[in-house]
Amino acid sequence: MSMNREGRSTAPVSTNVTTSPTVSGNKALAQKELLIFEVGTPRRTGVDFSDTPSRPSRLGGLERTSDIGLPGLSEPETLRHYVRLSQKNFAIDLGVYPLGSCTMKHNPRLNEKMARLPGFADVHPLQPQSTVQGALELIDTLADWICKLTGMPAVAMSPKAGAHGELCGMMAIRAALDAKGAAHKRRVLVPESAHGTNPATAVQCGFTVDEIPATDGGRVDMAALRLKLVDSDDIAGIMLTNPNTCGLFETDIIEIAKLIHDAGGYFYCDGANFNALVGKVRPGDLGIDAMHLNLHKTFSTPHGGGGPGSGPTVLSDALLPFAPVPYVVKQGETYRLVEDATGTQSFGRMTAFHGQMGMFVRALSYMMSHGADGLRQATQDAVLNANYVQASLSDVMSVAFSGYCMHEALFDDSFLKDTGVDTLDFAKAMIDEGYHPMTMYFPLVVHGAMLIEPTESESKGELDRFIKVMRSLASRAKNGEVAHFKAAPVHAPLRRLDETRAARKPILRWRPEAE
Amino acid sequence: MRYLPLNENDRKAMLAKIGAPDVDALFGDVPKSARLTDLIDLPLRQTESEVDSALTQMAGKNRAAGSGPFFIGGGAYRHHIPASVDHLIQRSEFLTAYTPYQPEISQGTLQVLFEFQTQVAQLTGMDVANASMYDGSTACAEAALMACRATRRKKVHLAAGLHPHYRETTKTQGKFQGIEVRPCRSRPGHDENVMIGMDKDSAAIVVQSPNVFGEIVDLQPYADAAHAVGALLIAVFTEPLAFGAIKSPGEMGADIVVGEGQSIGVGLNFGGPYLGLLACRQKLVRQMPGRVCGQTVDANGERGFVLTLSTREQHIRREKATSNICTNSGLCTVAFSIHMTLLGEAGLRELARINHAKACQLADMLTEIDGVELVTDTFFNEFTLRLSKPARAVTHHMVEKSNVLGGLAASRLMADDNKSQDDLLIVCATETNSEADMTAFEAALKEALS
Amino acid sequence: MTMKYTEDHEWIKVEGDSATIGISPYAANALGDVVFVELPDIGTEFDKGDEAAVIESVKAASEVYAPVGGEVIAVNAALEDAPETVNASADGDGWFIKIKIKDADELDGLMDADAYKAFCAEL
Repeated sequence: MSMNREGRSTAPVSTNVTTSPTVSGNKALAQKELLIFEVGTPRRTGVDFSDTPSRPSRLGGLERTSDIGLPGLSEPETLRHYVRLSQKNFAIDLGVYPLGSCTMKHNPRLNEKMARLPGFADVHPLQPQSTVQGALELIDTLADWICKLTGMPAVAMSPKAGAHGELCGMMAIRAALDAKGAAHKRRVLVPESAHGTNPATAVQCGFTVDEIPATDGGRVDMAALRLKLVDSDDIAGIMLTNPNTCGLFETDIIEIAKLIHDAGGYFYCDGANFNALVGKVRPGDLGIDAMHLNLHKTFSTPHGGGGPGSGPTVLSDALLPFAPVPYVVKQGETYRLVEDATGTQSFGRMTAFHGQMGMFVRALSYMMSHGADGLRQATQDAVLNANYVQASLSDVMSVAFSGYCMHEALFDDSFLKDTGVDTLDFAKAMIDEGYHPMTMYFPLVVHGAMLIEPTESESKGELDRFIKVMRSLASRAKNGEVAHFKAAPVHAPLRRLDETRAARKPILRWRPEAE
Repeated sequence: MRYLPLNENDRKAMLAKIGAPDVDALFGDVPKSARLTDLIDLPLRQTESEVDSALTQMAGKNRAAGSGPFFIGGGAYRHHIPASVDHLIQRSEFLTAYTPYQPEISQGTLQVLFEFQTQVAQLTGMDVANASMYDGSTACAEAALMACRATRRKKVHLAAGLHPHYRETTKTQGKFQGIEVRPCRSRPGHDENVMIGMDKDSAAIVVQSPNVFGEIVDLQPYADAAHAVGALLIAVFTEPLAFGAIKSPGEMGADIVVGEGQSIGVGLNFGGPYLGLLACRQKLVRQMPGRVCGQTVDANGERGFVLTLSTREQHIRREKATSNICTNSGLCTVAFSIHMTLLGEAGLRELARINHAKACQLADMLTEIDGVELVTDTFFNEFTLRLSKPARAVTHHMVEKSNVLGGLAASRLMADDNKSQDDLLIVCATETNSEADMTAFEAALKEALS
Repeated sequence: MTMKYTEDHEWIKVEGDSATIGISPYAANALGDVVFVELPDIGTEFDKGDEAAVIESVKAASEVYAPVGGEVIAVNAALEDAPETVNASADGDGWFIKIKIKDADELDGLMDADAYKAFCAEL
């Protein structure tokens, strides 16, 4: 036995103590945390102010007289509150985050540093243009990279997120049709495997949605598509994700573009999965008319717990005249911002100011770091990683569609048939193993879908450990360990949450007990 | 490449497991004609220090707001952001997390959203708020659509003080959905014209206060006019700090309150990312667009939070969704909430008081100058001056001769309105402006007008 | 006064020239926990097949279609506070609306209880 000088044993004693709840409710590093409304008070503050004498009010008799009801905390209390909360989150920096279609790749910290340079972060959008030439140069440089990578002639930079970019593209299509007097062209074809934003966007632009089915191979059913186009004068266009939401390249895409153009419609490509193509395929070579990019997916700007995103949207020559304001033009060595749509065919303005500058800096920093060669390598590694996962799990889980996948691997729940374990249970068991679950129940064309996108950021060693765990979970499910899955997660900060209760009697804010 | 962990041996072993001869085989579904064989004509990879120096050089070509006297507002405001805000939002667990769809391992983001929603509701005097929109202008457009859904009407009236970018964004959103957006010509002063044409087809009046000229507007008459015909009042703001000093829109009859939250916790960033705030009365909750977080319990009965009411959203409701919005301004909401927690009610009120005092002092100083007249009798931290010379030329002169960013020429925002805005200068003062800044501005303006 | 069913799982119970409409227990079960029901205003008029109400569970929203045309004369306002009634008693207390029937002939194409049972068994 090893003893220290005080005569106590230094070797831990292994016992079979059942874990009992702690007095505090904390579990060592996992701390419970009350709401700021339960610990702060309106009088407390974590900010000091310089003495500034008041002046006679010019508030027009509308001075606030009532209490606001906002709690404050001192700086140390604030730090603790948010650090404790942060520790209840999973994150890319913590482990494998294989959310299909979301592209949870590494977020380089150089990008964060660059976005915080005062010349980018501390610049007002309405400063005279002579004082923001560097900012306009950055937007123009990023636009140039985007146009070259996509093979498209122009890009609208102002959309604030992917779905906003979809609006941009579809509004440009609507404006182009209206300019031609084609008011009868209002039907947009959308595959049933599409992201929910596609039909929602089409409707927001005044179109109707017509779904096209998928083949057994997970791609657009060309026969069904042709049927939709027969004798139809009302086709406005198609919205198609490529690679599609099953992780497959649409092999007939050039033919689809031709059919739609022959029908007098436009081709909107959902660029959510462009990360599978960068440096390998240019969407401009496929015949598309518009496509948004998700800078937070393909070009590594942080997801930030749900945003902010950024959705620059490339446009074909046919749609270019209808692009939204503002945009940057270069005249000699000077950059100029065009902010006024008067007298042009532009469909107008989509947002205040000029787009997500903070995200532009990060995306350009990512692109410059990779270069043309690194971007292509990243795409290849992403596709390689996805296929490696698919190949390594294909004998124990059920691959939805045969053949190679692109950047993500899609499984259905048939391997769980008769086990009593469903996709959700399987996902929750992954949480206990230290992994974020994959995307579940999407796309809708596959039963109990599990969509795994490892991205290029995972090492082979990390993937091998992940594969081992997934294989083990699959065999435990098949071996009848239903209870293990139904209980999961048991090691997360909370057990499964009651979403029915949340939706039936919504509590969307804190209120004092007395009310 | 420093961001890519695989090496050539890994790639070889993985291809063997897959049974593919080479990586190009994995791209076999791409039509041959579309496969790139060469690298795209762009620069090759660069080291961290190379990229750092190239971008730092580009940033150096901009005149950072903090590098000299600065007095521009117009929908984006420069305030001091405590160092701990930026430190906290750079924690990996906030920065590199996705939307909190797995609540068991996302309670950090979810609890912040719940606290954020409560803060926004309290600040605006509304019952509930959502988890944020892209920015103030898109929130304004979404509020107009929301009012149309709630009232089942299709006409929206915009008052003259609405920020022109918000007006244009709302027009763009409305026009393809058959919504009649009745815009206004931007001008200072009380806008009675907005009430003209209000009838049983009107869904809402949209009124901004403080408005784009800085004036503080009593919303109650607009609320009464809207309610008289069964329409809603949408109150808009671009400077949330004002609610530390003036009555909340909820106290003046607003049904929906939307605006820009950038002022609290988020830097200028040349216009984005920002965060749109959207709050409303309880009865309108199910018409609200965007993400919303709610309280519930877990299997052990412990309090927890989830995203809820998602059947309104595009990923469930598809073409019948309330909006196509998919993200919120995630990290910016965290920054807003942290800054608001640091301030607390006492801090917010003091900060608002200081902003108002600075603006009053600056207005007094500038109106002493010959050829300068104050247009806005009431204001918070932003006011409008009429100059004896075109304001755009004056702002250029001031920055070139004196390095003073002295306000915003109204014509920059109102290019399509009319010439009568050419001599209007919109000026903003905040706690970041020192006495020396103000004196420099006074001298520069005097010189520019002489 | 028998119940008839549609292929979209609505039921209709006719009493004279008016009728009560709801969704079948089969449908309520398939939807899972009902969290919200959006009902039309009294006085609204529908044609057969129009969207009459919306029913929401946590992860799905479904439209309820009018089995026959008519005018809404009553709605089950109790569902606003207690949507779970639809799960507990889909063909009883969980009814949605009462309508005044426009054209009784439209009832002809609907299934009776046995036919509906057989229809569900096929799904």
